[in-house]
Amino acid sequence: MNGTSIYPIHPIHPIPTVNLLLKNISLPLADFSIEVDVELQSQVTAIFGPSGSGKTSLLDLIAGLRRPASAFIQLDSRVLTNTAEETFVPPRLREMGYVPQDLALFPHLSVRQNLLYGQKSESRASPLFSFGHITGVLEIQPLARRRVTDLSGGERQRVALARALLTSPRLLLLDEPLRSLDEALKAKIIPYLHRVRDEFKLPMLYVTHDRQEVLALCDEVLELKRGRITKRTRANARDWPIMNNEP
Amino acid sequence: MTAEEWQIVWFTAWVSALSTLLILPVGLAAAWLLARRDWPGKSLVQTVVMMPLVMPPVATGLILLKLLGRRGPLGRFLHETLDLDVIFTWRGVLIALGVMSFPLLVLSARIAFEQVNPRFEQIARTLGAGEARVFFTITLPLAWRGILGGMTLAFARALGEFGATIMVAGNIPGRTSTLSLSIFQHVQLGQDAQAYRLLGVSVALAFLAVWTSECLLLRPRR
Repeated sequence: MNGTSIYPIHPIHPIPTVNLLLKNISLPLADFSIEVDVELQSQVTAIFGPSGSGKTSLLDLIAGLRRPASAFIQLDSRVLTNTAEETFVPPRLREMGYVPQDLALFPHLSVRQNLLYGQKSESRASPLFSFGHITGVLEIQPLARRRVTDLSGGERQRVALARALLTSPRLLLLDEPLRSLDEALKAKIIPYLHRVRDEFKLPMLYVTHDRQEVLALCDEVLELKRGRITKRTRANARDWPIMNNEP
Repeated sequence: MTAEEWQIVWFTAWVSALSTLLILPVGLAAAWLLARRDWPGKSLVQTVVMMPLVMPPVATGLILLKLLGRRGPLGRFLHETLDLDVIFTWRGVLIALGVMSFPLLVLSARIAFEQVNPRFEQIARTLGAGEARVFFTITLPLAWRGILGGMTLAFARALGEFGATIMVAGNIPGRTSTLSLSIFQHVQLGQDAQAYRLLGVSVALAFLAVWTSECLLLRPRR
């Protein structure tokens, strides 16, 4: 039942930008179950691990797309899931921007319609999260009239990212956002992710199995193996040396 | 074509179209529940929904006759409270056609819903959409080809229905005679010319229905 992380809660930054509590999490999957107990305070936290280690399921759980056997999930002061008291905030009210691995751009809608699908009305959104600002930062205004099926890989990534940002989320969940891109394209997209990180100051959970991406973007790394956090370190070259990339 | 024949053609076409439209909301709801939700008794409901497809149409017709007759539970209710008679009226034709084509619509729509990647629906929820908005802006538009195919099948099934209709509505000229019933009657009476004329119309109607849906289903060039 209990989370099995042996790592004590140790805030890495003196001034936390976010406080995401994932306590007492238990989510049975087909081969193993996700057992996590952790408190996150870094702006960008990598969830690192081989495929099939439960990374996507963990994001789904946080977004409210999967129901855990037990969990206490709190983002800043707001309790999102508490199985003990049968609290479960539905995904549409969680204020999380989720960019899934396959991006899930709605194929029957134009780029513009995709972008506006979850947009908060301009009056409620801060200017930071306005349509003009987000599409400007990600340089996608020229794509607005296109069909999503006509976009290149890098364009699709940026549109999916912008669509998530337009909901004015409190937390950004990114599931291997660079996975399907070749090295040249990755190098082009990483600066956009930097911009998003620095411009919107949003906390992010960044799922990946690529060590280079962790170093390029993240503050802290959680290593996930078969549903358990096996290691937690800062994401810098000293604590997180680039070894041979795991398969 | 005589005026009487035109009346038969017109009646068959509109009653088939109306029955398809009437079963559409119920059929879509059933198909969605079968495709997207797990609930106790699901396999049983699925089986019952499919029954009119696998039973002899005349047997389905007999069940409807017993239910909807003035002495049947539903028929008595309709007669006493709404003063509505179903048996041997156009309403009987409508119900028989709807029941007989319902499984084809549900089957097609269910497959169409199942083919929509649930990830689209999930991400729509994270973007703030409630269940109704997810259904009408994501699920339905992505499934519409399959649903349209199902409606075509249902309409075509209704056009050709014979067994259940004759049980429930008889074959009353000018009131409940449909194309199939009239063709059969003309052949029985040796009126080959009339039978062939109506046969031609049947072929044309069926061809038009399927061809229209094929044209709509053609993927637009990009």
